[in-house]
Amino acid sequence: MKTIYERPKALQDTFFKYCGGCGHGIINRIIGELIDEKKCLDDTVMVWPIGCSVYADQYFHADAICALHGRAPAVGTGLKRAEPDKLIIVYQGDGDMVSEGMAEIIHAAIRGEKFSVIFMNNAIYGMTGGQMAPTTLEGQRTTTSPFGRAIENSGYPVNMAEIMAKFPGCVYSERVAVNTPANVAAAKRAINKAFDLQLAGKGLSFVEVLSPCPTGWGLKPVMAQQWVAEKMMPIYPLGVFKNPEVAK
Amino acid sequence: MAKQFLQGNKALAETAIRSGCRIFFGYPITPSSEIPEYYAAQPKERKVTFIQAETEVSAFNMVAGAVAAGRRAMTATSGPGFSLGQEAMSYMTAAGLPAVIVDVMRPGPADGEILASQGDYFQVTKGGGHGDYNVIVLAPYSVQEACDLTRKAFELAEKHGNPVVVLSDSTIAKMCESVELPEEISYKVPTFSGALTGCKDKRHVITTCGDGAAQWEKFNLNLQERFAKIREEEQKWDAVQVEDADVVMVSFGSVARVALETVEIAREHGLKVGLLRPITLWPFPEKAFAGLDGKKFFVVELNAGQMVQDVKLSVKNKDDVSYYGRFGGFTPTPLELYEEICKRYGKGASK
Repeated sequence: MKTIYERPKALQDTFFKYCGGCGHGIINRIIGELIDEKKCLDDTVMVWPIGCSVYADQYFHADAICALHGRAPAVGTGLKRAEPDKLIIVYQGDGDMVSEGMAEIIHAAIRGEKFSVIFMNNAIYGMTGGQMAPTTLEGQRTTTSPFGRAIENSGYPVNMAEIMAKFPGCVYSERVAVNTPANVAAAKRAINKAFDLQLAGKGLSFVEVLSPCPTGWGLKPVMAQQWVAEKMMPIYPLGVFKNPEVAK
Repeated sequence: MAKQFLQGNKALAETAIRSGCRIFFGYPITPSSEIPEYYAAQPKERKVTFIQAETEVSAFNMVAGAVAAGRRAMTATSGPGFSLGQEAMSYMTAAGLPAVIVDVMRPGPADGEILASQGDYFQVTKGGGHGDYNVIVLAPYSVQEACDLTRKAFELAEKHGNPVVVLSDSTIAKMCESVELPEEISYKVPTFSGALTGCKDKRHVITTCGDGAAQWEKFNLNLQERFAKIREEEQKWDAVQVEDADVVMVSFGSVARVALETVEIAREHGLKVGLLRPITLWPFPEKAFAGLDGKKFFVVELNAGQMVQDVKLSVKNKDDVSYYGRFGGFTPTPLELYEEICKRYGKGASK
């Protein structure tokens, strides 16, 4: 019998601790598949953030370090500068990157650090119980914006993929989503490209993933998939904002 | 090897490079800036990696990353930057990362001033960040000792799997002295068995994220074991004419140089004064005080009396301990200290 679907070898035989309908598991699996396809497990070091993926080191066989909140790009910088030939995967959520660690990610792009950043944007703080993130949408209810995010009080959502594209040191920036099978396939192509660029020694490669958070949003998983398309995509359009053919 | 006339910061940086520390991340801050400048100016052949980080927060975490990869790496800063680095100090200690950090102290609190101070004693020796932890703290009192202790810092960090701080100050950093630099050496890569070198033979994971109270208490107990071992093995101090002394001055770092001269002046005037100079501030050399019961202890610091607390905890009778300090960048003169000793312990002084 032909195997058409199995657990990637880069992944451990264990349960993911993510909630049902969450996008982290999909992206974790995609990363596992790509590590298998590139046969680079031995030379991969993953930098995990503080957030829902804080235990993700337990899901992979690769070497891993869990950074302090927001500091993953700084730790990634230290690792990559010490070991330029390793595949360094920096994985962050919206609280970790856009709030606590905005300086770290921006300056990693300014320096053109040669690692790949996977940015999971679910417009909310998942792990800590559904508080407002910088990427929370206008009017979106969270536990710290119980009447909906008010612009005059909390400002505007942040478009990281577009911001990163502005930096010459960032060679590739794309926003993808995991709300439909077609978008999942596109997300895999984007992350694959990011890893290839890193392995080719190019600058920072950045993939933003719009990811559903049914628990944090108070929606059933299917509704959360629709919410990604109907509410998030108008503010966070999918697309390639920087590609290496243009970046010199 | 021939002696050279070098500035403290530069001699320290050269020693670090000669100790194999080819990776440096830092944010410039007076009075430490000659250290990043020295790294930045190295010729290509020396294969030095230097990055000027956006903040000390990032610099400390970059060090964590490079050290996690099994390499020697370092940063240098002053008090305000060390405050920012504290979360990483807590993190690196928990993670068992053998990082070396140089703190060239200046007077605080806040922006403060840039001359010599020892106001970082608390924040460096007491953990300073969140949680129960300690880092090894080495306090040089000369440019030569700044070199010797920097070399030693990497060895201690790797021996115990714990960060080490070289605690300098503006005076040690800025003055030039005749020094014999240590020889250039290489070191064993990776520096520790858990380094993230790839999972070919064995998988490596560095995480400081707890998994329930039972697991995290055990983790903490293991940390405390590490600290107890360091306390037992690494206390270091210098004692000058302490045995027959009635008054033992206790000072570290640059002001201990002043105290040394005060001892000479006092002895010339028939006062039996000695000097006990802690070299490790953590672990504090409490063993140095064994057998000194009955003597008076005169603690001199460039702060409001931070180390004096550790001295009181190390002696039998804390009423035997008194303190004198200057702030803001002033360093007392030897005569100033001698006069204080006369006032407090000389003939006619109220006992």
